[in-house]
Amino acid sequence: MTRTETPIIQLKDIGKSYGNINALRGVNLTVRQGEVTCILGDNGAGKSTLISIIAGLFPHDAGEYLVDGEPRQFSSPREALDLGIAAVYQTLALVPLLPVWRNFFLGSELVKGSGPFRRLATATMLAQTQDELQRMGINLENLEQPVGTLSGGQRQVVAIARAVHFGARVLILDEPTAALGVAQSGLVLCYISQAARDQGIGVIFITHNPHHAYLVGDHFMVLARGEVDLDTPRSELTLENLMFHMAGGKGLSTLQHEIHGDGPVAPGT
Amino acid sequence: MTTTSDQAGLAQPRRQVQTQVLWKRVLKRPEAGALGGAILVFIFFWVIAPPFRQFAAFTTVLYQAATIGIPAVAVALLMIGGEFDLSAGVAVTTSSLAASMFATQVAGSLWAGVVFAMFFSLGIGALNGLLLIRTKLHSFLVTLGTFLMLQGLNIAITKLITGNVATGDISGMAGFNTLQAIFASNFMIGGAQISIAIVYWLIFVALATWVLLRTKIGNWIFAVGGQGDSARAVGVPVNRVKIGLFMLVGFSCWFLAMHLLFAYDTVQSGAGIGNELLYIAASVVGGCLLTGGYGSAVGSALGAFIFGMTTEGVIYADWDPDWFQFFVGAMLLLATVVNTWIRMRATKGK
Repeated sequence: MTRTETPIIQLKDIGKSYGNINALRGVNLTVRQGEVTCILGDNGAGKSTLISIIAGLFPHDAGEYLVDGEPRQFSSPREALDLGIAAVYQTLALVPLLPVWRNFFLGSELVKGSGPFRRLATATMLAQTQDELQRMGINLENLEQPVGTLSGGQRQVVAIARAVHFGARVLILDEPTAALGVAQSGLVLCYISQAARDQGIGVIFITHNPHHAYLVGDHFMVLARGEVDLDTPRSELTLENLMFHMAGGKGLSTLQHEIHGDGPVAPGT
Repeated sequence: MTTTSDQAGLAQPRRQVQTQVLWKRVLKRPEAGALGGAILVFIFFWVIAPPFRQFAAFTTVLYQAATIGIPAVAVALLMIGGEFDLSAGVAVTTSSLAASMFATQVAGSLWAGVVFAMFFSLGIGALNGLLLIRTKLHSFLVTLGTFLMLQGLNIAITKLITGNVATGDISGMAGFNTLQAIFASNFMIGGAQISIAIVYWLIFVALATWVLLRTKIGNWIFAVGGQGDSARAVGVPVNRVKIGLFMLVGFSCWFLAMHLLFAYDTVQSGAGIGNELLYIAASVVGGCLLTGGYGSAVGSALGAFIFGMTTEGVIYADWDPDWFQFFVGAMLLLATVVNTWIRMRATKGK
């Protein structure tokens, strides 16, 4: 996969406020092909606001949002999707009782024939679903089985694979491992790094879990109270430091100082 | 790209897709329980009621089944789409009345009455759907409302116009013979009279099955009933699908109404009450989930067939016809339990 030098997404000094509350301030972010950018932060840190802006749910009101070097202002997720920016939320938009392959193509069904004989191209859709899932390391015995019978991790992967199949260049994954056990999280993380590395997709991975982020991330951003607390490439970061920032960073130091009378030293940067 | 079952293809994982044993695939179908039930009920009456064994009795059973099955197949689609229609029973009578009265009182032409009734029935369906979407109420409540309104209107307007609870005979009007040939004729096979309604019923079931399993719309119907929000998120026009399904029920009511009108020439304005529950029961016995997203058209036909056998079987066995209601209730409970059990087994993957 050739990697272009122009980043797919570039945010410059992005901000968003509701009335006089600043939900987000001065965020710079670059998403390149084949890179996993992890966005971490506590509840209310501004993660949701940030991904909603990127996914086109609502527009930013400060700074610049560039896609392929061109400034954009989205008013609907459809516009973002047309440029290949797809968000996969925790609800996944899957229908539990519907077979896997029907879910995969739901809303974008392939048809053949014409007039009253227009019908689903069932064989093609089955084969494409199987191919796409197999590429991601999921081997389902029976694609006719309802999606609800899959494990949580498999369901995540089906939803992600669907977004990739329908042309996503940038995937926004909203806490894909939040509700999963260890093995299932592993499956999803494997898939995330695979999608980025092998298919050259830019991934924005939102998570609470620094361990998960550190496993797959190329670039890390920690948000706190709507501002960037940490923004650094993998080469300049250790897991300990990431955890320190996740646990509250400077705020935690102050807290510790207040409780014990002495501040902790930030572990090796 | 082939996905046909191929034993030699085990080395290629894709070919594993359909190597499941046939009986397991049959058991996974929503109508599996109803098929078993139909066979059991058939054997039961075959043993207990000798007249039931004749071919003529069988065609009568099929006719009974068709009069339940024509609306039931549309109701099944609506239930898969996640909604109820309690107004379907009286809507049939409304449609007959509309055709009869428009033809005799307004237009003076039966054809005009038939066409008017069709638009009227489609309109009732659309109204149900629009009310559902606008008010965001449960369809149970919305259609209970339209059910009671139609029930009242049927009798009140008939009395107002004809001064009677039934409409006048239309068999003398121009065009009656042609329309009767279309909607309510009979033909002979093997010495038994067969109503054309049976043929229409089977065609409708086949069409509905095709639409459900082999078209985009069918995929959407399952998705809308299974999880409307997810379907909307991937671009399925949820509201249009639901309104369309209500209009389909309207169409099926109109069709049965035209059959009944041209078979009996007059319409009793109080008829049809309670039938909506039979349509729903047939769909549920046939494997439809009350919560939507699951079911089949063939299942509704098997459900209707079971009720047809029961109606006639009770008569052939010389029992009091009131046993029919008891039997319907018992079948419904049993079928629901069996279907739930089968579905649990089936959805456990293997």
